[in-house]
Amino acid sequence: MTKKQFLAAVAGELDGLSQSDIKKSLDYYSEMIDDRMEDGLSEEEAVAAMGSVKEIAHRILTEFPLAKVIKVKHRPSRGLRAWEIVLLILGSPVWLPLLAAALIVLLAVYIVIWSAIVVLYAAELSIGAVGIASILGTFLCFLADKSETALLLFGAGLLLVGLAILFFFVVIKATAGVFWLSKQILRGLKSLLIRRGK
Amino acid sequence: MDIQLKRGLLDVCVLAAIKTEDSYGYQIIKDMKPYVEISESTLYPILRRLESAELLTVRAVEHNGRLRKYYHITRAGLARIEAFAEEWKEMMSIYQFVVRGNQKK
Repeated sequence: MTKKQFLAAVAGELDGLSQSDIKKSLDYYSEMIDDRMEDGLSEEEAVAAMGSVKEIAHRILTEFPLAKVIKVKHRPSRGLRAWEIVLLILGSPVWLPLLAAALIVLLAVYIVIWSAIVVLYAAELSIGAVGIASILGTFLCFLADKSETALLLFGAGLLLVGLAILFFFVVIKATAGVFWLSKQILRGLKSLLIRRGK
Repeated sequence: MDIQLKRGLLDVCVLAAIKTEDSYGYQIIKDMKPYVEISESTLYPILRRLESAELLTVRAVEHNGRLRKYYHITRAGLARIEAFAEEWKEMMSIYQFVVRGNQKK
């Protein structure tokens, strides 16, 4: 394969990305091939050293946002024929609910994950609030001349505030973990799309 | 090797390759070769990622009648290398612990 053919093939795989994104990628591979040729390789060898066009496109696409990847991968290569449109419409009672179900399941997974975080923050907040309220309550009990209750409240308050501070670190860690998990799910989904696409 | 771990490793290796002086794609691959084999298609997304994270900057320099892109490490890039070294100090002590456990058996 010549350099020109190679670059055209890569551009073809990336069709759907913006012109500037495609140009950036082509510039990079063009420079790489030129540098290898300067190093003594023939054009053919330098192009072969780049690896397969599919692999290259896969690597480039994985770095782009999901929406862009879908645009590249599911660009129809030709218009739909009449009978295909009829089939699509007739089949819609089957595939529409399936598609909706898949999307809703995905949404549910996200909601479950984020609810866990909301629960943690709520628990954190309530422990802290009760702790502070108990300490304030101590003074009220003192004023009402109930010193045993005041002492009990004060101790409980301190304990709760301490617990809240400790728990705070757990919540922070958990939030970071959830962010990471969401990113992994998205990455996996993208990878699946790219591999399936062509 | 774990993919997540390898991604992070390669990022830092690329930064290390341009740490002392600006370098270009093919040179980076050649410099890394004795330590990590990295292909053109692997390097490209890494460079883009590092650029958008502002860990390196890019400038085009004319070379033999064509443009060649040189990569320059930023202060944030240097900080990243340092953070990596700190992290791995900890990793190495864990490694020592793990290996010692193996030898006892």
